[in-house]
Amino acid sequence: MLTKKILLSAALSISALSLTLVSNSSFALSAEEKKGLDISMEAKKRDLGWQDSTADMVMLLRNKQGQESIREIKMKSLEVLDDGDKSLTIFNKPRDVKGTAFLSFSHPVDADDQWLYLPALKRVKRISSRNKSGPFMGSEFAFEDLSSFEVEKYSYKYLGVEELNGLTNFKVEQYPVDENSGYTRRIVWLDTLEYRIHKIDFYDRKNSLLKTLTFSDYKQYLAKHWRADNQEMINHQNGKSTELKWTNYDFKTGLTDSDFNRNSLKRAR
Amino acid sequence: MRDKLYNFVGKNPFWVILVCITFAMVAGMGAQKLEFKSDYRVFFSEENPQLTAFESMQKVYAKSDNVSFVVVPKDGNVFTAEHLAALKKLTKESWQVPYSTRVDSVTNFQYTYAEEDDMIVEDLVMSTRNLTSDKLDKIKQIAISEPLLVNKIISKTGHVSVVNVTVQLPGVDPMAETPEVAASVRAIKAQFLAEHPEVEVYLSGMIMMNTSFGEASINDGTTLIPLMFLVVVITIGLLLRTITGTIATVLVIIMSIVTTMGLAGWLGFYLTGPSSSAPTMILTLAVADCIHILTSMFYEMRQGADKRTAIARSIKINLQPIFLTSITTAIGFLSMNFSDSPPFRDLGNLVAIGVMLAFVFSVTIFPALLTVLPVRVKMQSEGKKDIMAKLADFVIAKRKALLPLTSVLIIASIMLIPNNELNDDFVKYFDETVPYRAATDFMQDNLSGMMVVEISVKTGKSSGINNPQYLHSVSDFTDWLRDRPETDHVNTITDTLKRLNKNMHGDDPSWYKLPDSQEMSAQYLLLYEMSLPYGLDLNNQLDVDKSSSRIVATFKNMTSNELINVEEDMIAWFAQHAPQYEVDFSSPSLMFAHIGQRNIISMLIGTTLALILISILLGVALKSWRFGLISLLPNLAPAAIGFGIWGLYSGQVGLGLSVVIGMTLGIVVDDTVHFLSKYLHARRDKNATPQEAVHYAFDNVGRALWITTFVLVAGFTVLAQSSFKMNADMGFLTALTIFIALIVDFLFLPPLLMLLDKDKKKATQSTGAIVEAPIKKAIEAA
Repeated sequence: MLTKKILLSAALSISALSLTLVSNSSFALSAEEKKGLDISMEAKKRDLGWQDSTADMVMLLRNKQGQESIREIKMKSLEVLDDGDKSLTIFNKPRDVKGTAFLSFSHPVDADDQWLYLPALKRVKRISSRNKSGPFMGSEFAFEDLSSFEVEKYSYKYLGVEELNGLTNFKVEQYPVDENSGYTRRIVWLDTLEYRIHKIDFYDRKNSLLKTLTFSDYKQYLAKHWRADNQEMINHQNGKSTELKWTNYDFKTGLTDSDFNRNSLKRAR
Repeated sequence: MRDKLYNFVGKNPFWVILVCITFAMVAGMGAQKLEFKSDYRVFFSEENPQLTAFESMQKVYAKSDNVSFVVVPKDGNVFTAEHLAALKKLTKESWQVPYSTRVDSVTNFQYTYAEEDDMIVEDLVMSTRNLTSDKLDKIKQIAISEPLLVNKIISKTGHVSVVNVTVQLPGVDPMAETPEVAASVRAIKAQFLAEHPEVEVYLSGMIMMNTSFGEASINDGTTLIPLMFLVVVITIGLLLRTITGTIATVLVIIMSIVTTMGLAGWLGFYLTGPSSSAPTMILTLAVADCIHILTSMFYEMRQGADKRTAIARSIKINLQPIFLTSITTAIGFLSMNFSDSPPFRDLGNLVAIGVMLAFVFSVTIFPALLTVLPVRVKMQSEGKKDIMAKLADFVIAKRKALLPLTSVLIIASIMLIPNNELNDDFVKYFDETVPYRAATDFMQDNLSGMMVVEISVKTGKSSGINNPQYLHSVSDFTDWLRDRPETDHVNTITDTLKRLNKNMHGDDPSWYKLPDSQEMSAQYLLLYEMSLPYGLDLNNQLDVDKSSSRIVATFKNMTSNELINVEEDMIAWFAQHAPQYEVDFSSPSLMFAHIGQRNIISMLIGTTLALILISILLGVALKSWRFGLISLLPNLAPAAIGFGIWGLYSGQVGLGLSVVIGMTLGIVVDDTVHFLSKYLHARRDKNATPQEAVHYAFDNVGRALWITTFVLVAGFTVLAQSSFKMNADMGFLTALTIFIALIVDFLFLPPLLMLLDKDKKKATQSTGAIVEAPIKKAIEAA
């Protein structure tokens, strides 16, 4: 009965690939594991159908001494239904990396495909896929923190509900499937109203609290898709932090697959 | 006052005992609060400029507290399939060390190479299955020719390698965090050795050093203090032949220690390597008061006095001198407050408190105990008195020869003082029995020294490090540093950039050079950074804004002065070749190198003040400024001779020894006080000639002086057995100085008195030519 329900909801939204995976693994699930999975699937489902988006991002890096550093980035993303999403990141600042562009095809289970275009060399270089735990542009965000959320990337455990920012939140623990992940687990707070993520605690490979990411200033686009204007990552171990500020969100701009390949990297602006 | 004190104690001995013990117990409860701080940073005050520089550098880059596993395959070759597999496993295990943020080893070194048009960044040892001898050889060649690895992670010949774990202690509970890391690392080592009996593993790094501070002190506490008690019991038992007296003395000592350490706990002190030797020192110093009281008391009883009268008289005679000697000792120790290093201030304060408490207990609970406990006097053999009398005769007879002879010896020793050199090598704070010392010695012989200097070269501009001019400066500096004979290793971002440039040009070795343009460097670095996994990023070399980079230089072990010279050379290099950059130098090595100098200067001020204060006290107590001044010579000579001999014996003066002058000053003064006061008593009250007065002083205090000196020398010799060299050297030099002080007081002071006291004698008394003639000769001889 339960399985049937999952099958149904999965079939409604997600690809055949993820469907088989989810259903295969859902047989032996405990009640908490199943509820955790359900919540995550619902969150993914609620955001489906955005097709493509563009946005500007400012990245503010701070160290323990209070020094700051700014990165300016333009992001283009493409929703891919039967696989992970595709994204193109164009660097604007620092000036000496202006025009550098980063292309990523994320995959639910397999390693992501990544390329970097270096304008100084006028060449596209493939990037090692084992770096997903590594920092993105020297920030406190790892690649895996920025890549698209896919249900199959984790197994789940529901921990209960908790008040956060005046909202009732589900608290779900997520365990990365990929052994190259830098985490043993993440604890995610999603509000019960809109299934928006408000906070994530990251636990490192020795299961110590490493970082906390908080989301604020959520805005709704196209009457459906919620995006937070502000994301702040605090590293508890080294005292550094990184703030992301998003502006100029635009959806369904008409981007296609041809805007996300090695050739498009070179002309990306 | 003096009578009243014992009147009260004698009448209410049980009350006195009860009140004292209650006080000691209540105070002693505070000892539970005492915790040991296992961190080398405690040696530096918060305002220490090198510490401040170091901490701000640690905030800009990543912290550099670390643990190193030094892995030594018994077959002498790291590059075999099974050793590499073992290293890979150890690397993975190391990520489980609490607070670890980075693990560096041969296997996870981020090796970059060109493959077609791509640059591959991956672990140098990806998989240890199917490693052919060709592949193994290739890995070896890459490893031992990589400047980032050689001497740091792998030895030049590939026979020893290191897994280096960087930890970031949160500092929430500092007393618990270091031991937690050490325990985890040791468990990993034990497990690793069980699985790989074909290797040896040493543990080194800052965390292990910090752990050793704590463990060496605990070790001392369990071995040295009981040993010291044994020395006290045997000394008093044998020399004074009294069981009751020994028990009462031991009780006074225990109470002095417990109360002091308890008060320390209540007052919020924490223990450190140096301050944990306070109990041993208090133990040693507290004995002297009791010996003086016991000696006088037995003397009175032998003269036929009953016990209570004997105790009363003993207290009356001794109250002022032991108060005076306790105060001077306390002042000597309080001079340590001028030290730049907080643990030595704590040590000085603790011992000063302990000495004053010992005085209080010696005149309260000690006589009370002696009153209620049975005391019998055994007849003493007369032989020992003869020895003192013979010594007095000898000194008086040979004074013409002794004064010049001892003067020459003193001057010769003083001339040896420049043989000493300031040196704080924190590795040598531990003797060879401490595993950390053995590990670092092994590292020095096979990889690199422990002297590390971190150099932050700042442009003040965002992305400034990508500027080709900057990179060339850093690269030139690195080359210059590597050419110096004392340099073992230099870690610099320019090596990485050269390698990336080569990779970008199809691994063509002719491209192993810095990129030409700012954009090129920036984009190579970006590509490289984007390829690195968690914990192996460049944050330990570059700041967030890429406006500055950190060069880490590792040198062969050297003295503080040599390191300061290297630092000055580096400063000069930048002033000459790249003055446009702001450059900071810092590291624990530099902190220790500088603290010796800072400490010596501040301790000299402190010691001078203590000397002035003590001399004034002596002048008042002896009722003569003249003798106050004369006493300066025998008070200062022992430390001077001590350091002279030390210059011959070792010549290395660190933090621990820089406080010895102040410390011993207060102790050696006691001998002078006792001798001079008896001498003056004979001169003033008994109208004795200087010769007679010298004889009188020998007869009266000679024995007490050598007994107390024996106990003090024994006590500090026990401390000299500490595996914590800082305490051991301090103990040894103190014991030596106290021993010399006795010789000076016996062989130099009396001839000096007989010489200088002549004029006064002539003016006040008329004596025959018998005395005058030899003194004249002595003057001529001198």
